Amino acid sequence: MATNDESKKVRKLQVRRFKPEENPEKHYLNEEKGLWAWMTTVDHKKIGLMYLGSIVFFFFVAGVLALLLRTELLTPARSFMDADMYNQVFTLHGAIMIFFFLVPSVPAVLGNFILPLQLGAKDVAFPRLNLASYYIYVIGALFTLFAIFTGGVDTGWTFYTPYSSTTSGGNIMAMTFGIFILGFSSILTGINFMVTIHKMRSPGITWNKLPLNLWGLYATSIIQILATPVLAITLLLLTMERMLSIGIFDPAIGGDPVLYQHFFWFYSHPAVYIMIVPGFGIISEVISTFSRKVIFGYWAIALSSLAIAFIGFLVWGHHMFTAGQSSLANMVFSFLTFLVGIPTGIKIFNWLATMYKGSIDLKTPMVYALVFLFLFTIGGFTGIMLGALAVDIHLHDTYYVVAHFHYVMMGGMVMAFLAGLHYWWPKMFGKMYSEFWAKITCAVIFVGFNMTFLPQFVMGAQGMPRRYFNYIDQFQSFHQFSTIGAYIMGVGFVMMAAYMIHSLVKGKPASSNPWGSRALEWQTSSPVPLHNFEHTPVIINGPYDYHKPMSEFQLGIAAKHGHHHAEEEVAVKVSKQEKE
Amino acid sequence: MSQPSAVEEKLEHLQHHFIDSDQQFEASKLGMWIFLVTEILFFGGLFAAYIVYRSWYPELYLLASEELDVFWGAVNTFVLIGSSLTVAMAIRSAQLNQIRGLIINLWITIGLAVTFMVIKYFEYAEKIEKGILPGAHYSYDGIAHEKANIFFSIYYMMTGLHGIHVLVGIGLMVWLVFKAKKKVFHSGYYTPVEITGLYWHLVDVIWIFLFPLLYLID
Repeated sequence: MATNDESKKVRKLQVRRFKPEENPEKHYLNEEKGLWAWMTTVDHKKIGLMYLGSIVFFFFVAGVLALLLRTELLTPARSFMDADMYNQVFTLHGAIMIFFFLVPSVPAVLGNFILPLQLGAKDVAFPRLNLASYYIYVIGALFTLFAIFTGGVDTGWTFYTPYSSTTSGGNIMAMTFGIFILGFSSILTGINFMVTIHKMRSPGITWNKLPLNLWGLYATSIIQILATPVLAITLLLLTMERMLSIGIFDPAIGGDPVLYQHFFWFYSHPAVYIMIVPGFGIISEVISTFSRKVIFGYWAIALSSLAIAFIGFLVWGHHMFTAGQSSLANMVFSFLTFLVGIPTGIKIFNWLATMYKGSIDLKTPMVYALVFLFLFTIGGFTGIMLGALAVDIHLHDTYYVVAHFHYVMMGGMVMAFLAGLHYWWPKMFGKMYSEFWAKITCAVIFVGFNMTFLPQFVMGAQGMPRRYFNYIDQFQSFHQFSTIGAYIMGVGFVMMAAYMIHSLVKGKPASSNPWGSRALEWQTSSPVPLHNFEHTPVIINGPYDYHKPMSEFQLGIAAKHGHHHAEEEVAVKVSKQEKE
Repeated sequence: MSQPSAVEEKLEHLQHHFIDSDQQFEASKLGMWIFLVTEILFFGGLFAAYIVYRSWYPELYLLASEELDVFWGAVNTFVLIGSSLTVAMAIRSAQLNQIRGLIINLWITIGLAVTFMVIKYFEYAEKIEKGILPGAHYSYDGIAHEKANIFFSIYYMMTGLHGIHVLVGIGLMVWLVFKAKKKVFHSGYYTPVEITGLYWHLVDVIWIFLFPLLYLID
């Protein structure tokens, strides 16, 4: 935080208005050419795009695995794969979706691209580290692919001991090692973002003018920094357990398998907030932009992200209500779990209040944001139910949990990611996609999603256990309905790929600010110039001040020896972090 | 090699996306501090395992720690604390533009770190000879406790991971010596020395916790 004495100081800056150049000939996509220039780039925008390509690949792989699972579940008995195969497929679906898609999706793709732009910085604080974290991700991914092709893994994405430490099936070593490596990519991204937000802000961007997207990424970075090392040590211990039989987690040689679960969930519960909190940031941006209104409760939204990050560290035990914890521990964890609902509720109500009496423009990103509100609320409420002790005993390890998790992760996080992707797409590529097809696709995905997962709540409540490849006949209609929904969702994503690719090839050129946003990233050209801004931006208004004229959002420090003379002088609060 | 002018020399290290050296220095330092936080959490997992097993089997820890050599553990503690002093002196030399002092202090630090590893090697060798190995490979019968293998699993994990950090530190400081010989560092730019020093202090601090927790139980 800026020290108090310094933040009170006010400095006069000579500024003038910088109108962004429309559709510039030279931008970050074409200024440096060739494969080698891309692979060795330290530009945060290109690294973001490389991450985008990678996570789309993994989303595709894990999505196909999900469709295989749903196809197998069309009939109560064996359809086309046996039980062992099924175990491997659901493990890979979970592990790939979580570690290779959800965790890096918003921070590493959209965060990398947008964070320096929203700060008015030329790059993140450590660009080479940023590139390194991408390659660490790739190396982790290669290990995982290697594991898949040398026997696969069938432990479930949680790698519970003692099964994971003793089973001879598959290649668990390569898989856990891959995820161990991947963790460092996540940690380095977190460090990079945190330092960038602290040290690289343009003049005038005080903590209360920081876009909420950055508050979301800041909270995410805290979790990445504090939780991921614990996963690293857990997986290291698990690897050692398999290699040297150290006996910490394996009961056969004196260890304690529940200790493993504590360790694992100490990371993996906060990890779901790594996945969802940056999504909250995107939703704040999108809802304010398309409601043409100041965000309601700026500080409430900003601080509730930090509150979620904090409480998220204290609730891991709710994954282990049936694993033999003491009943006191169960009660404490259950109570703390309910507390997460408070900051989350604060966010939802603030977003609704932002829309209230706003001038709502239902463009595609806004439609996805509304879908998010709807689905995430269902996911959140069912989470509260699972946090209730007595109810959880009944619902534990059933499809109810599967449905809850997919409502928060897919209905929440993926929809927020899609909202962000559609929102910043013009900024990334300088092209508009087809609004018509985008909205149709959104509707298809929405319908498909609910068809897939709504019946799973019912099945789960009736007792259908998760992770089984066969089931009793009474569940068949639910499973078939769910499978059809999954196919519809699959069609939706294929449609999305089609219109997105079409927009890249034949899309209309985007203006620098197609949504009329006041946020800083829209005050530069689309696509972005190689160094983001040709000037040093100066911020005098908050990023959601829609009642103020656009000209006040396009100020920059007037060059001392340029042809342009300063048009005006503004007073800007200074602190150590904000440099000219 | 022609001598660059004073101004160019100052700007040589400044990366394009920073406004000035101060900002670059502050950013690097904050980055290192945050990284150290992750290191603490990383070791924190092992400390948690230590605490859990100690609260379950307090008598095991009493018995098993007698196998550890307090004398050599104490020597190693002084060696590492001494190296923390010399690395701080190396930073001081860099701040004062004394490149010779910087290189000498780095060499002394490296020497102390190597001494630490050599002593550690003899400690490990002595135990392995007795059959004190982690987990299932444990074959020593001098400790009358059935979970003795777990204490030594934790011992090997903690000291082993710490040892790896010492080796990384040695590598970093050798790299710093090479850089210093090329006259990269001066009073206006010594960020890598400073942040390596921070890292080295953490390695030292972790050992200061490991030593009493493992060796001095009584």
